[in-house]
Amino acid sequence: MVEIKDGKKILVTPVSKEDLADISIGDIVYLSGSLTTCRDVAHRRVVEEGRQIPVDVRDNAIFHAGPIIRPLDDDKYEMVSVGPTTSMRMEKFEYEFVKETGVRVIVGKGGMKENTERACKEFGAIHCVFPAGNAVVAATEVEEIVDAKWKDLGMPETLWNCRVKEFGPLIVSIDSSGRNYFEEKKVEYNKKKDEQVELISKQVGFIK
Amino acid sequence: MANEVQVEKMTDLMAKFIAHTAKKLPDDVIAKLQELRDKEDSPMTKVIYDTMFRNQELAVQLNRPSCQDTGVLQFWVKCGTGFPLINELEALLKESVVKATFEAPLRHNSVETFDEYNTGKNVGKGTPTVWWDIVPNSDECEIYTYMAGGGCTLPGNATVLMPGEGYEGVTKFVLDRMTTYGLNACPPLLVGVGVATSVETAALLSKKALMRPIGSHNDNEKAAKMEKLLEDGINAIGLGPQGMGGKYSVMGVNIENTARHPSAIGVAVNVGCWSHRRGHIIFDKYLNVTITSHSGVEL
Ligand code: SF4
Repeated sequence: MVEIKDGKKILVTPVSKEDLADISIGDIVYLSGSLTTCRDVAHRRVVEEGRQIPVDVRDNAIFHAGPIIRPLDDDKYEMVSVGPTTSMRMEKFEYEFVKETGVRVIVGKGGMKENTERACKEFGAIHCVFPAGNAVVAATEVEEIVDAKWKDLGMPETLWNCRVKEFGPLIVSIDSSGRNYFEEKKVEYNKKKDEQVELISKQVGFIK
Repeated sequence: MANEVQVEKMTDLMAKFIAHTAKKLPDDVIAKLQELRDKEDSPMTKVIYDTMFRNQELAVQLNRPSCQDTGVLQFWVKCGTGFPLINELEALLKESVVKATFEAPLRHNSVETFDEYNTGKNVGKGTPTVWWDIVPNSDECEIYTYMAGGGCTLPGNATVLMPGEGYEGVTKFVLDRMTTYGLNACPPLLVGVGVATSVETAALLSKKALMRPIGSHNDNEKAAKMEKLLEDGINAIGLGPQGMGGKYSVMGVNIENTARHPSAIGVAVNVGCWSHRRGHIIFDKYLNVTITSHSGVEL
C-alpha cells in the first residue's frame, strides 16, 4: 500500500507490484511495516543451498545491513545501530533471491547491476539506498525487533525481522522498470571526469 | 609506581577521547558539511544532508556511535623524546582502544589475517595502527586519532609513475579513483594525496594528509594550487552527498609531499568519508590535555 503523509510517500507492507509502478529512480520514499536484515550468507543459503528463508519477506522489504543489537529480557532485542552495507556484494545472488522469496523492496548502500535490474523488472521490485553513515537515525526508526532467525550466523548476519516506521529516506536506485540510477549517473560522472582531467592537466605542467 | 598511575590516567583519557570521536565529528568537518549543505539546492541533496545532521544530533543525544562502522583505529603520534610515557605509549594506546570498544561501544573490526578470525576486541596484530614521529628536545606528545572505516578505506591506491607522466598523470590517477571507488565511500569526501619518491612514502603521506584540517593548504605554492585544481575538478564531477549527484563532491583535497628520485614519482590517494572521525589531542609531561579538533570536550 502507498500512503502519502506530510508530502512523504510511504510504502506500507505488504507492498504490491502495482504500488511500485509509478515510482522511478531518484524518487525518495519511506517504508512502514516489515523490514528484515539480510546479507551475504543468508543470500547464499537461499540461492546456493536452496534453503527456505525462515522469515516471510514476500511483499515485504529486506535490508543489506549488519546491525549492533542489545539483548533485552524475555528473548527481546533492541536495535542500537544499523546502517546499510555495500549492496554490490549481493548482486550475484539477487535475481534468484527475489525470484525465490518474492521480496519487493531491497534497501542497501550504493548501486547494483544487471541481475538486480532484471529481477526488479521481471518480478516488480525496487532497490533503494539508505544514506550511509546514519546508523542512529536508522536505528531509531525501528520500532521493534519482532523476530530473529538464523541466529547461528552471528549478530551481523542474523535475519532480524523489524517493524519499522517511516524508515528512510530511501532513494530509489533501481525501479520496477529496470532503470538504474547509479549506472546512468556513472556515465555522466565519467564524462565530466575526463573533461576535468584534460582541463587540470593544462595547468600542472610543473616538470619543464 | 607513579608511572603506573600515569599510564592508567593516559589510557583512560585516550579511551574517553576515542569514544567521543565516534559520536561527534571534529569542528572543521561539521563546519564544512554545514557549508556544503547550504550550497546544495536539489530536494534529494537536501534530504540527505538533513538526515546526516539529524543523525549527528541523535548520536550525541543518545550517546551512540554515529556510524555503525567505527573503523580500525589509527594513531599518528608525534612524541617528544622527553615525554615521560614514551616507553609505554604504544601498549597503552592499544589498551585504550580495548577500553573504548567496551565503553562506547565500538564495533569489533580486527580480523587476524591468514588465520582469518575476528579477535572480538577490536585490536590485533599491528592494530591499532601506530605511526611514530620522534620529536627531539620535547616533552610533549601529540596524537592524531582516526577511525578508518571499510567503505572509505577501499578507494585507497598507490603507484609509481614515470616522470614523463608528470603531474598530469597524478591528476588522472586521483580522478579515476573518484568515479570508481570514491562514489561508494560516502561523499562528500576528504581526499588525501601523497606525492613522493616511492609507493610507501606516498601512501603514508596520503593518510597523513587526511589529518590536516579542512581548508588548510600545502606550504608550497604549486602544491597548494594543485589542491585547489583537484578540489574544483572533483567537485565539477558532481558526486554530491552519497554519490547520488549534487554540486559538490568533496570537503577538500590535501596534498603532502617530499622530494623524489629523478626517475620516479610516487603517488597515492586516500579518502575520508563525510563521517571523518579524526581527533587531535596533545599531552604535556604532566598529562594535561589540549584538544584542538573538537570544542567543548570534557574527558
Ligand atoms: S564510508 Fe564512512 S560514513 Fe560510510 S559507512 Fe563507511 S565509515 Fe560510515
